[in-house]
Parts: sequence; C-alpha cells; structure tokens
Amino acid sequence: MAYEITVLTTMAISILFALSLNVITGFCGQVSLGHAAFYGIGAYTAALLTKSGIPLALALLPAAAAAGAVGFVVGMASLRVRDDFLAITTMGVAFLFVGFVRKQEMLGGEIGISGIPSVAFGRPGLLALSLLCTALFVLLTVHIRRSWMGFAFDSVADDEDTARILGIDVPRFKLWAFVIGTAGAGVAGGLYAHHIRFIGPDSFGFLESITALVMVIVGGIGSIWGVALVAAILSVLPLFLQFVDDYKLLLYGVLVFATVRYAPGGVAGLARTLAMRIRR
Amino acid sequence: MSLLKVENVTMRFGGVAAVEDVSLSVDQGEMLGFIGPNGAGKTTLMRIITGVLRPQTGRVLFRGEDVTRWPVDRRIRAGLALAQQIVKPLASLSLVDNVALAAGAHRMVSPLAALLRTDRETERAKAGALLDFVGLGDALSMMPTELPLGDLKRLEVARALALEPVLLLLDEPLAGLNQGEARAMADLIATLAGKHRGIVLIEHNVREVSRICPRIYVQDNGRGLVDGRADEVLASPELRRAYLGEELA
Repeated sequence: MAYEITVLTTMAISILFALSLNVITGFCGQVSLGHAAFYGIGAYTAALLTKSGIPLALALLPAAAAAGAVGFVVGMASLRVRDDFLAITTMGVAFLFVGFVRKQEMLGGEIGISGIPSVAFGRPGLLALSLLCTALFVLLTVHIRRSWMGFAFDSVADDEDTARILGIDVPRFKLWAFVIGTAGAGVAGGLYAHHIRFIGPDSFGFLESITALVMVIVGGIGSIWGVALVAAILSVLPLFLQFVDDYKLLLYGVLVFATVRYAPGGVAGLARTLAMRIRR
Repeated sequence: MSLLKVENVTMRFGGVAAVEDVSLSVDQGEMLGFIGPNGAGKTTLMRIITGVLRPQTGRVLFRGEDVTRWPVDRRIRAGLALAQQIVKPLASLSLVDNVALAAGAHRMVSPLAALLRTDRETERAKAGALLDFVGLGDALSMMPTELPLGDLKRLEVARALALEPVLLLLDEPLAGLNQGEARAMADLIATLAGKHRGIVLIEHNVREVSRICPRIYVQDNGRGLVDGRADEVLASPELRRAYLGEELA
C-alpha cells in the first residue's frame, strides 16, 4: 500500500506543477523556461517553516505567497519581452535561482536541506493533502477557463496587439497569470519537499522546468485534462520503467518533436479529432 | 469642443519623417475621409492616435484630455475604436466570441472582476446582433479562418462597434474588396455615423470616400495637404499633384 501511496502522491504533485505552468503558458501564451525556480521557492519556504514546527497545511500558504511574490517581480520584469526573449529571460531566472540557493548557508547551500519532517498522519496524510491541493487548483483553472479572465487570457495568447485594441490591459492580465501560476508551483514545491524529505539546488534545475513544459506541450497547450493526464503518466513512468529515467531527456525530446510535428494540439487535440471522427 | 485633436504631431523613423507637424481635428458626429497616396503616413498617424506609436513631438487630445502618453487599452476604454487595415481576428475564437470579447471589454478593467464573472450571454447576444447588422448573422459559430477577406473586414467593423466607441477609426476597410463589396461596405459605414459618434475613414478608394464623407483630409509625404468640404478638396490642385505628380497635374 505504501508504494501505491507514493505513486499517487508523485502523480498529484506533478499534475499540480504542470497545471500551474499551464496557466502561464497554456492559458496566457507566455513561454516560461524557469518554472522550477518557483517550485523550488515553495519547497524551500515550506521546508524551513515545517522544520521550525509549523504544520505543512499552514506552511503551504507562505510557500505559495513567496513563489507568487517572486513570480510577480519576474512577471513585471518580463512585461516588455515576448516570445523567444521571454523564454530566455525566464530561463535566466531558473539559473539565477539555483546559483542563489547554492550560496546560501541558511538554505543548506550545495548540500541542501535534509530531515524535512513528515506530515501529520504520515504518507497517507501527505497524499490526502496533495490530492486536496491538486483538486482545488484544478477547480481554479476550470473556473479561470470559464471566466472573463480566461477569455482575456485567450486573446492575449492569440494576439497581444489585437487584445490591446479590444481594450484589454494586457500587462495586468499577464501579471495575474504569472502570479497564479507561480503560486501554484510554490504549493507543488512545498508538497514535493515533504514527499522526498530532502531538497537541494539540483532538485529544481533546468531539467525540472523542461519536464513541466514537456507535460504542457504533450498534454495539449491550454488543456486542463490533457496536461493533467500526461503529467500523471510522465511523473510515474520512471518508477515502472528504469530506462525512462536513464533516457529522460531523449524521451522528452522525441515526445516534443512528435507532438509539434504531428499533433500540435497534443493529447487533448488528438482526442478532440478522434471524437469528431466518431461523431461523423 | 473637438472629439479628437491632433496637434503638431511629428513621428520619425531614423531619418525619415513618416508624419511631420500634422494637425487634425474631428468633431462629434462628423465623418471625415482621410486620403493620401501610398507612403503618405496615414496608418502611422492612425497608430499615433490609437497609442500604438508615441510621437516625438506634438500631442493627441481625445474628448478634451491629453492622451498622448496613455496606453492603447486605456484609449480604447475611453471611447476610441480601431478597425485595422490588416484584419486581425482572434483565430482561436468563433466569430461571436471575437465580438463578444470586445462587447465585454468593460468587464475586464480589473482582472479580479474578470475572474469572478463567468456569464457571457449578454455579450454574446449583443455580438450576435452586431454580426447580423454587418451581414454575418449566419456565421456566428464559424471560425475566422473559414471566412473570406470581405467578411473578415465586416467582422473587424462589428468588433470595433461592440466597443461602443464615440470615435471610430476605420483603416482601409475597403482595401482588397471588389467594387460591389466596397460599395456595400461603404454603405454600411455611412450608416454608422451618428450624433454622438465621429468616424475617421482612411481609404485609397477616393470614389467611395467622396460619396459618403462630407469632409476630406489629404496627407502626402507625412504632411497635411488639404482639409475641407469633399467637393472642394476633390477639385483642389494639391490633391491632383499628390496623386498624379507635378507634370500631369
């Protein structure tokens, strides 16, 4: 049973992490190659707080706030850049985060933080908390999709200049996407730290950012269920197939290439096409 | 008081003056035809008025307020609307949603208010009525990629109207249309002018502009040439010189 709990917790955390990037990249069309930095900010914040005796359920709030606040700053700095330049800027944030953490004694430096306390009710308790957080974030993203904010995000993702001509305050909506997405990553990071119970700078490297982006692209940019499904599968695949862990980058490269070349809508797009064919 | 006032505006790109010391005004309820040969700086001036470009000198006043430093979206919410020369529909949204988005622009002043609101029916109904008005009533659920250029131009006009503007800027809405389509579109534009709405129609199609616009402003090489009653402007030697050159004029 302990193994199943571990698998399900890994899945829930990965879904939350991928969906948080989906708000920024999928909904609002802003490419981010540095999402793991916010995952890391949440992880370090929550770990430090729980080590000082605060329960994880409470520590997740400051974790989200810290990641969201840095997301706001990065979002502000990124407002003047688009497309490739935005991708490069956010990639810089990922490297900056790792470089910063390595030099901070308070954060364990190169060694990281170990001995992160387990949560109340142990592994089942963490699973319940992870499922609850993920479910709440799914509901939030479903609501965003249906709301006028989602409508505005659609227009910004489609064509920023046209969105402006329609009276939409593009920078403000972009900032909101950044804050919501990075706060979500912060919560996922907090849960991750208490799942693995050890974190170091390498836990939040560039590869983690790419992993989230692969989940979003292969799942179907902007699709909630598609991204959740692919995040769930990719997160636990290495547990079942050892070679997936060994050749992770190769697998991600092939998946992204195949998706962009043959199915730009990802898994969600393929499912839509299939459903339309069946209906005909 | 003028609805729009452009005062001594200059816009240079490197050493080239696209617009130089141009002044222009549009009153409430007025329909102004804005013509000029290629490279006259018409679209540049339009982009300055909407806020896409910021002029090096001069200022833009809208409803008495200096809006020169305002961003595009703020000018739009203040009552300006632009139907762009190169049609730019939002490709991922259906026609009705393209227009509904514009109709609900006031709902998106605050992202928080936008997050709390899900109902789109009022705006969709308004969008449906506007699409019907511009002759696209049968294509509400179609995607923009399924439409020919003439219909996309109509969509652009419907979207601009959904913003309920007091000043509507139409940048070459007849370009790329055949004679029949251009005439139909010009007739449609003529019905848009009202007591409370000013219109600026930028066009190459002098025939249609002179047919529906009582006043015409001519620009050439970035400078204002003539401004006055349509019949007087059309008879002016400056206009002939701008279009035909010194020798032929």
